[in-house]
Amino acid sequence: MSSMLSVDTLTKRYDDRIVVDGISFTVEPGECFGILGPNGAGKTTTLRCCLGLSVPDGGHITLCGLDVPGQARTARYRAGVVPQFDNLDPDFTVEENLLMWARYFEFSKAEARARVPRLLEMAGLQDRSKAKIETLSGGMKRRLTIARALINDPDVLFLDEPTTGLDPQARHLVWDGLKRLTKDGKTLVLTTHFMDEAERLCDRLCIMDAGKIIVEGSPRVLIDTLIEPVVVEVYGEDIAGWAETTARPLVDRLEMTGETAFCYAQSAEPLLASIGYQTGLRAMRRAANLEDVFIKLTGRDIRD
Amino acid sequence: MNFRFLHIVERNFLVWRKLMIPSLTTNLADPLFYLVGFGFGIGSLVGTVNGRPYVEFLAGGMLCYSTLNSATAEALYSAFSRLKMQRTWEGILHAPMTVADIVLGEWLWAAIKAVLSGSAILLIMYAFNIAHGFRPLAVLPVLFLLGLCVAGLALVMTTIAKGFDFFAYYFTLVLTPMSFLSGVFFPLQSLPLSVQKIALVLPLAHAAQLSRGLVFGDDMPHPGWSLLLLAVYGIVGVVVSIRIATQRLHR
Repeated sequence: MSSMLSVDTLTKRYDDRIVVDGISFTVEPGECFGILGPNGAGKTTTLRCCLGLSVPDGGHITLCGLDVPGQARTARYRAGVVPQFDNLDPDFTVEENLLMWARYFEFSKAEARARVPRLLEMAGLQDRSKAKIETLSGGMKRRLTIARALINDPDVLFLDEPTTGLDPQARHLVWDGLKRLTKDGKTLVLTTHFMDEAERLCDRLCIMDAGKIIVEGSPRVLIDTLIEPVVVEVYGEDIAGWAETTARPLVDRLEMTGETAFCYAQSAEPLLASIGYQTGLRAMRRAANLEDVFIKLTGRDIRD
Repeated sequence: MNFRFLHIVERNFLVWRKLMIPSLTTNLADPLFYLVGFGFGIGSLVGTVNGRPYVEFLAGGMLCYSTLNSATAEALYSAFSRLKMQRTWEGILHAPMTVADIVLGEWLWAAIKAVLSGSAILLIMYAFNIAHGFRPLAVLPVLFLLGLCVAGLALVMTTIAKGFDFFAYYFTLVLTPMSFLSGVFFPLQSLPLSVQKIALVLPLAHAAQLSRGLVFGDDMPHPGWSLLLLAVYGIVGVVVSIRIATQRLHR
């Protein structure tokens, strides 16, 4: 079976700035593939290129077996898109947004009407079908955008930071919806900078930084191979002095940010024992997660 | 040839239908006040122009002026708000639609709305017994062409613009001078000969000549040339807008 999406040495420049720098990856049918990275890593640009919305400066993309951007419009009949910023049509109600969207996909008016009720139900918006877009909450808008992206029963769904700006309840609702879609065999390509989101949803993911893919693999494998298993976060007064003299010999790796020391180790016991006698320090032990991998690979500096 | 742009016309029509009553009321009321106020008011001072009552002369020009305003408002402000503020165009591109589909649809829609405005004037002209019989109806296709012409030019501004402020230049430097140099409110012959020559390339001037010719049977010096000029402006405008919008949206 051929890949749903194949990206080969994709390069994109804006003016003289290289935003995507020769990246390659493939997404197989039925897979949930995540593109992770700090702000400005090139995630959104990559998605836009995959859909034919941005024209690459180099490389080769096929989506659903069709060349992009050459046959991008045709490929989009098989794709659904959930953009980072909701662009629902504010001149229409909830229901009208779905109806009009169906028309852009060349469905007859009768067919469009037939498709809407199930999507409204899926988005939990049956009672708001006549509501204006501006009266919806952020979570409702996002659910409607996802429902809209499903109007053509797509093979592959592109989601650009699908839960950014949502409260925890709304995020979980969106995650449940996305998990159901993968269960139904849909292919998902999503970008995010929420590590728990990627860990929860993605079968496979890549981490991008400065336009390049640094690593690729399943979340579990990345955590197992790229980072020490245990993290102890210690904070308190004069943490820097303590970390250098006491902690460093007891751990594999040490990182400082402000008043907190992140201690990465095979085992937390020696370090915790040493803290036992130390007043004014507080420690939290946890298992390493994808965020630790991410920070290790992309650094702690702020990206704007 | 495909007809996907008709989905954009459909979209705009469905939105317009929600506000149809106030929109049609404006279409009728505005020109009514102009015709009554200027036509009969100033007309009583002016008397006749080119051998006919001023109100008739004005009505022939108003058909075109109103069409121009309507097409401009739609292709400039409404289209720009869909492009920039509401991100409607950007959204539609996520469906199997292209920038050309969107711009062509906006172009056609602006011209349709413009004809609606022009028709309102014609209706008022019939009501005031300024227009008679079926012959004046022949002006409607010309108004549609004028709508396409003006909308094409406005879409170039729309696709270039970064914000609404930019449109002030277009009004001050293009539309307002054109309105006064096209023989809409007063005959061109009142102007110095050198200034009259400018009108040779102004679409509104050509449209006004065609309009008075078709409605009242006035002399039309070069009808074929006039139609061609309107068409060329419109087509060049829309082709350029598609190019600019493509660069803007497919960054």
